[in-house]
Amino acid sequence: MVPLSAYVAVSAVLFLTGLLGVLIRRNFIIVLMSVEIMLNAANINLVAFSYYLESMAGQLVALFIIAIAAGEAAIGLAIIIVVFRGKISTNVDEMNLLKW
Amino acid sequence: MVVVFFTYFALASIVAGVMTVALKHPVHCGLALLALLLHVSGLFILLNAEFLWAVQVIVYAGAILVLYLFVLMLLNLKTDDRYFHSSYRYFLAPAAIGSAYVLFLLMRSPFKGTKGDAPTVAVLQDGDTYAVGIKMFSDYLLQFEIVGVFLLGAIIGAIVLAKTPKPVVDKRDR
Repeated sequence: MVPLSAYVAVSAVLFLTGLLGVLIRRNFIIVLMSVEIMLNAANINLVAFSYYLESMAGQLVALFIIAIAAGEAAIGLAIIIVVFRGKISTNVDEMNLLKW
Repeated sequence: MVVVFFTYFALASIVAGVMTVALKHPVHCGLALLALLLHVSGLFILLNAEFLWAVQVIVYAGAILVLYLFVLMLLNLKTDDRYFHSSYRYFLAPAAIGSAYVLFLLMRSPFKGTKGDAPTVAVLQDGDTYAVGIKMFSDYLLQFEIVGVFLLGAIIGAIVLAKTPKPVVDKRDR
């Protein structure tokens, strides 16, 4: 029997990996991929609690998270294409048009 | 046996996650993300969530990841020599210390809570898909509809953003 804290530990490690990726990578597409890692970590957490606390709500919220991740990927990649069309770069450091 | 599978899926997903963040070429990162998604879906199987397993494989690995790979191949990026942020070393030590502290707290926590209304035996009797469906179309109907509207908005937004812009014609010239 795997304890619940093992699942939560896996989820925490994955979440921190994704967070680190968002912070240190310079390619905007990889930053979006790191966000997907973080969403997956949240999904593991929700499904694990749903199993151990015997409630269906966690799985439903995980399902909604997957739907929202799909929308986020579509919008994010469209933004990347628009930016790339003007600048020929997906480097995060060069996207400073909205910087105050 | 479950412990063996859990260890494999957990370690493989962590390794794949680290590779997604650390590899140099973006396409390799996408393929590492694919490995991560498939191993996470294996964890879902261990937690009796077959419907989420199917959704994870079909929607995440089948649709979202293919979208990422399409854009990567479409843009045909060349990889920079310096693909990490210039000050990434400053993040590494706090991240390691912070994750060690979080893991320490997690291992101490008992995670007790009130049990819900879906015990494992009842879920296994009719199947996970049945349980998810009954719950989704009774208690979570409003959220389901909101997600539908959200996805419609996301589709329209993506089309509007990625459309080729019309050439700008100055009105004074006409």
